[in-house]
Amino acid sequence: MKVIVDEAKCCGAGQCVLIAPEVFDQRDEDGIVVLLEPEPAGDRHTAVREAAAVCPAAAIQLDEDA
Amino acid sequence: MSVNEQALSYPIPNDAALDPPAEWAELRTRCPVTHVTLPSGDRATLLTRYEDVKQVLADPRFTRQLTAPDAARLSADGSGVFSSEMATIIPDSGEEHQHWRRLVGRWFTAKRMNALRPAMIRIADDLIDDMVKRGAPSDLRASLGFPLPVYVICDMLGVPAADRDRFSYWSDTLLSLTRYGKAEIEVAQGEFFQYMSDLVATKRAEPGDDLMSEMITAGGPEDGGLSDIQILVTGMALLVAGHETTANMIGKMVSMLLADRTRWERLLADPALIRTAVEESLRLDANSGFGLPRYLNAETEVSGTVLPRGTTVVCSMAAANRDETAFENAGEMDLTRSPNPHLAFGSGAHSCLGQALARTELQVVLEALLRRLPTLELAVPVEELERVEGLAVGGLREVPVRW
Repeated sequence: MKVIVDEAKCCGAGQCVLIAPEVFDQRDEDGIVVLLEPEPAGDRHTAVREAAAVCPAAAIQLDEDA
Repeated sequence: MSVNEQALSYPIPNDAALDPPAEWAELRTRCPVTHVTLPSGDRATLLTRYEDVKQVLADPRFTRQLTAPDAARLSADGSGVFSSEMATIIPDSGEEHQHWRRLVGRWFTAKRMNALRPAMIRIADDLIDDMVKRGAPSDLRASLGFPLPVYVICDMLGVPAADRDRFSYWSDTLLSLTRYGKAEIEVAQGEFFQYMSDLVATKRAEPGDDLMSEMITAGGPEDGGLSDIQILVTGMALLVAGHETTANMIGKMVSMLLADRTRWERLLADPALIRTAVEESLRLDANSGFGLPRYLNAETEVSGTVLPRGTTVVCSMAAANRDETAFENAGEMDLTRSPNPHLAFGSGAHSCLGQALARTELQVVLEALLRRLPTLELAVPVEELERVEGLAVGGLREVPVRW
């Protein structure tokens, strides 16, 4: 799995950080998403999928085949 | 719907405190883009389908310019938080809005909320101690639901929680649809404005470790900061938003979970479900209030219906959150539902700035109640719970509980 985030779209809701803190963080200065693990390990895929599904700005894209 | 048919009154009258009005399901299936009459008598277009509401809230053509001359007025006298001059001071769209959002958003990150969590747990425990000392039955709204979010937002902003009764009244007047008259609202807004102006002056002289002080010390627009009036209005907006919404949601969430006590017991047995239970309560909140109004500045189409420029649209997130095409068994409360992409906080660039704060508060309250008062139950039949009327945010007047 490959994770792609769109900083321009990100609205800083923080859902991804609350759901998958190992994979996502937010910048201290403006709350915009920081991708910690672009290719997360298998045991994190469920959480990453949930984070992408609930992102209010649709700023997280997943490439499941990568 | 044909033009001869009478437009539905909006908000749709509903006596049941926790259940949705029957009209929602029918509107979603048969008339997803429908004319409604607002308390002002003005016409608007109501959206109830998940896909439509989600799309419109994220579409910049649907603006928040409810002050436009041909925009529908919500309340009878055209006052209120959505149509006031205040609403025009915080940038509505584009880069300016993003700039504002990012300046303020840094205070509401998940990390900051996690750092605040221990303090929130202490506040919740103290409030529950007081409630237990006073004895059952108790009104959960007054004992816990209202004070907790108020203490937290006052502390973040650097305003004295001792003034909370005044904030509460000022908030109610700003959120009024039918409860207060124009004169009363104007006086209250004037007082609120003066209070915040004085606060900005005090913070400028003696900055503290809080959001208002930080906005001031960041400098003016020439330094990449906000103007004084923007700081003032941002403070007012955060105080109002931080007051009413989560405060009401605590009472509604606990009521929903106690209405069928097997839900409460499931959470007692498995507190790991607290996070998803909070999300499911947000999704199923049938009494969330007015919804979000938008003003359309270009002709467009929603679900096959052409909406002319100048249309005022009302997005019912609560109706959308029960759309069977988006959620399996949408009418059922599933405490394990995941993912749960509900629209309780809106969608897109304007989705709720304080949502991580609200989520953390709701999780903290639920965890504390399960831990401290496992025998908690409603002290009245669900049918006797009453809605708050006349405001743009929905809530319950009282949540009587015993344990």
